[in-house]
Order: sequence, then C-alpha cells, then structure tokens
Amino acid sequence: MTLFIRLKAQAPIPLDLSFSVEAGQILALVGPSGSGKSTVLRSIAGLYHPEETTITVRGKEWRDMAPHKRRVGMVFQNYALFPHLTARGNVCAALDEKGMDATKEANRLLDLVGLGDMAERRPAELSGGQQQRVAIARALARKPDVLLLDEPFSAVDRPTRESLYAEIEALRSELSMPVVLVTHDMDEAQRLADRMAVIDQGRLVCQGSLAEVALDPKAMRVLGLRQTGAVLTAKVAAHDTDGITRLAHPAGALFVPQIREDIGTEVKLRLLAHDVMLANARPTGISALNILEGKVVSIAFGDGPGAMVHVDAGGEILLARITRRSVASLGLVEGSPCFAVLKSLAIARDRVHR
Amino acid sequence: MMDWQALNLSLLLAALTAAILVPVSVFVGRRLALSKSKSLPVIEALIALPLVLPPTVLGFYLLTAFGKGSPLGELWQTVFGHSLAFSFEGLLLASIIVNIPFAMQPIQRGFEAVPQELRDAAACSGMSPLETLWKIELPLAWPAVLTGAVLTFAHTLGEFGVVLMVGGAIPGETKTIAISIYDKVQSFDARSAAEMSSVLLAVSVTTITLTFLMSRKIGRRLS
Repeated sequence: MTLFIRLKAQAPIPLDLSFSVEAGQILALVGPSGSGKSTVLRSIAGLYHPEETTITVRGKEWRDMAPHKRRVGMVFQNYALFPHLTARGNVCAALDEKGMDATKEANRLLDLVGLGDMAERRPAELSGGQQQRVAIARALARKPDVLLLDEPFSAVDRPTRESLYAEIEALRSELSMPVVLVTHDMDEAQRLADRMAVIDQGRLVCQGSLAEVALDPKAMRVLGLRQTGAVLTAKVAAHDTDGITRLAHPAGALFVPQIREDIGTEVKLRLLAHDVMLANARPTGISALNILEGKVVSIAFGDGPGAMVHVDAGGEILLARITRRSVASLGLVEGSPCFAVLKSLAIARDRVHR
Repeated sequence: MMDWQALNLSLLLAALTAAILVPVSVFVGRRLALSKSKSLPVIEALIALPLVLPPTVLGFYLLTAFGKGSPLGELWQTVFGHSLAFSFEGLLLASIIVNIPFAMQPIQRGFEAVPQELRDAAACSGMSPLETLWKIELPLAWPAVLTGAVLTFAHTLGEFGVVLMVGGAIPGETKTIAISIYDKVQSFDARSAAEMSSVLLAVSVTTITLTFLMSRKIGRRLS
C-alpha cells in the first residue's frame, strides 16, 4: 500500500472517509458535484486541512508536512499554468534539477506529452488540450509519490479529451505511483481507472473494481440511474467489413461499432441499464443485433414506475432497467429465463475498452 | 528663479519614501490580500484613513507625536540629539505614513488579482511561500507594485499640508518644492512659481506616462 488516507471533519465541509491506492494503480474518485471529491485531493496535497487527517505515503506520515515539501503532482481542473512562463518554464518550475539538466529533463517530459516543439510558447498561445498536456508534464516533473488529477478533462472538448485519454494510457509506464483521478464521468472512470470509489456528502459510499461498483445499488443512488450500467468482459472475434466488430461472450455474440483492438483482445464494455430491453422469448424480425440469453437473478423495485432487473448472462451480471408493467406482463420472477436485447449503436465506442 | 535645492529635496524625499514603503507594502499587502480575518475591514479602513483626513489634521497629530512632549519625540531627542519635528527624518516618517494608502492599496489589489489556484499550483510544484512570492506572484503583480511606487513618488512631490505642519520650511532640510512654490506666490514672484510649477508638472506627467506604458507592456505579455 503506497497511499493511505483517512479524513474526518464536521465543518465547514463534512468528511468521513478512508481509502488506499497501490503504486501504479489509478483510482477514480467519482461522485456528484459538492460531494467532497476535490476536497479529498486538496487534503492529500496539503492545501486543505480537515480536523482529523491521516495521510500515509510510502510509510511516511504527511499530516504535518508543508504542501511544498510533499512529493505530489497535481493537475488542476483549469490547468493553473503560470501565465508568465513558457511551457518549458512551467515544467522547469516543478523540477529539482537546475540549469541545463532542468532544460533537458523538461524537454524530455514535453516530448513525452507530445509538445516537444511548443516548449517556447506561453500558456496563452496554447490550446486547451495543449495546456492540459503541459499541466501533466509539470505534475510529472515533480517526480511525485502521488499523482492527483482533479477533473483534468472537464474543460476540453470531446475530440481533445479522446486524444488526452490515449495520452494517459500511453503514459501508464511512467505512472509508477498511486494515481487519484477525480471525475464525475463514469465513461472516463471506466476508460482510465483500475478501481473506483464513489463518494457522496464527504462519505465513501462504496469502492471496488468497476464491475463491482457498477452493480452496487448504493452507487446507483449517488450516480443516478442514467449512469448505471453493468460491465461485461468479451473477446474481439472479428472486424466485419460493414463497420461492425463482433465480440464473443458466453451469453452470445455482441456486435458493436468498430473498435481498434486486435482480434483476440479482451475488452470490457459498459452496457447502460436503460439501453437494455428484456424479452421472454428470442425476438425475431427486430433491428437490434445483440440478443443475449440469460436468467433473471433478482428484481429490485423503486418508488417509481421502474424496476432494475439483474440478469445472469453467461456468468456475468447484466443490468436492465424496465418498467414494473413490463415485469408483470412478461411474468418475470427470479429464475425466469430471458433474452436481453440491445442496439449495437447504443454501445458508444467510449464504453468499450481494453 | 528655480529653487533647485527644494526640487532636489523633494525628489530625495519621494525616492526614499517609495523605497521604504514599497517593500513593506509588498509583504503587508500580500498578507492582506490572502487574509480571511474578520478584522480586515478595520485594518483596511485605517490604511485608507490618510486619504480622507484633511492634511492639516493628520499633520497636527504627527506634529504632536513627534514633539518634545511625546515618548517618540523624547526618545529621538535623546538618541540623535535633535528634534524629530522640523527635521528631514521627521518629514520622511510623516511622508511614509501619509503615503501608506497610495502604496498599499494598488499592491494589495495586485496580489488579490493573482488566482489562488496559481499559489496552490506553485506549492504543488515544490515552491516555498517565499519562492512563490518571488517567482510567481511578483512577476504577475508587478504592474501593481510599480503603480504603488509611482503613486507614492508623485504624491510625495505634491504633498503640501502635512509637510507644512511637521516640517516647517527650513531650506535644505524640510522646504520641498511644493512649499517653495507657495512661498514664491506669497511674495508675488509669479515667474519663479510658474517655472517651478512647470518643472513639477513635467516630472509628474513623465513618471505617470512611463508607468502606464510599462504596465500596459507587461499586461500584454501576461494576457
């Protein structure tokens, strides 16, 4: 265990949580705005001091250490680049090296994030995505024992975000320290993180692997039903010529819009519960390509018109959100055999990852 | 005839006032900019007081504080062997006090304009508070520091009431250019008064213009 944190406070921001992150692991801290996600990061960095704090990093207690003495790399939501310094100057500002060594190391880091030829530019002359890359290079320049990413992709547009995700994935070999990523985007968490912790009103609601958290009803309540979806594991079987990739899954073939992964690669897909339909017989004459055979494990009713049905599909749990009325008319009960139906185009590319 | 001695004295007084007051304002102004204290409005009001108090009132209090009856005046007399009132040192001290708002306010505003996130980022980059001040905050707030310095300088050149009260008009010691102009007018020497006024006007216009030019240049570089 390389990072352990326990925070407790009544006011001004109520906090009561603890978690740990292993070296090289990315933990996604998700929760609604105002849940205290950023406060947790600021506490780790020493910029905020809850009443009771325990922060252990590689066996050392950080509580009474000044922020500038902590080896932490932080990427801020709005970059927070120093406007009077060039990209290289920003990176150098966080380096221990001086003079020529600093310049060399800064150039290496800027190359790493693909900004080798922009070293002389000031933040104002860089695009949002480029500024974000400088911020990442600056955070790495600190040779951090903990890397903190505070909603780092929320201020850039979608295509830029895509390329930044790819950048982070490519950087994984550099990220030998524990990484905490704050986000409210489940797709982002699924794409980048190894583990997930859900927080609400300063408390840890649940934590675990993405598949575990996806099925946790407490997480659903916090993240909202629209974000709820189970994670299935499948293997790339074929790339068809009409732009569809076929995935092999024990419950049946899955057809998704073409992905880049090679045949034989294992991928995880998040299937949103409200995209999944259920049928009590295999449907025919239907445009939806994905029909998975399964068995109802449990049915949870809420206060509204909906129900959350857990379906065992080839040994994995699939979530389907359908109406109470449908549950009744199909006569679904625990143990009923059923078919889960899903449009291919409902499975967005950013919900399918290695 | 131009009173060069008075002009030199004024320039020296203005330069010394700015040289002492600006570094103090950088440290105090930055503290105030970051302060979340409940007594901040009271402190800010005290700092702004010389702006609203009539110079004669301020001068009267300073004269009383510098005089033989006061502890400060007594102490000065025993240590230096001459009175603080009606001396250049007394004039400098009075000038510093009168100019506190002119230096402090723009500098405080300048530090307030530096986003807190940049200080946080500096700390996360391993910079101590002093390094952050030197490498991040001052380069960003420095047009404001320059404004504070120039306002102090220009205002000291023009100060009249307080100088008259605590300094008297001893040539070479406390007779500044503003006082000298007044004296010339009193003795119907309009020509000399006009000459000196035009010199003072030229100095003021030049310094103010230079400041605006420089702040503009820096502002462009940062935006």
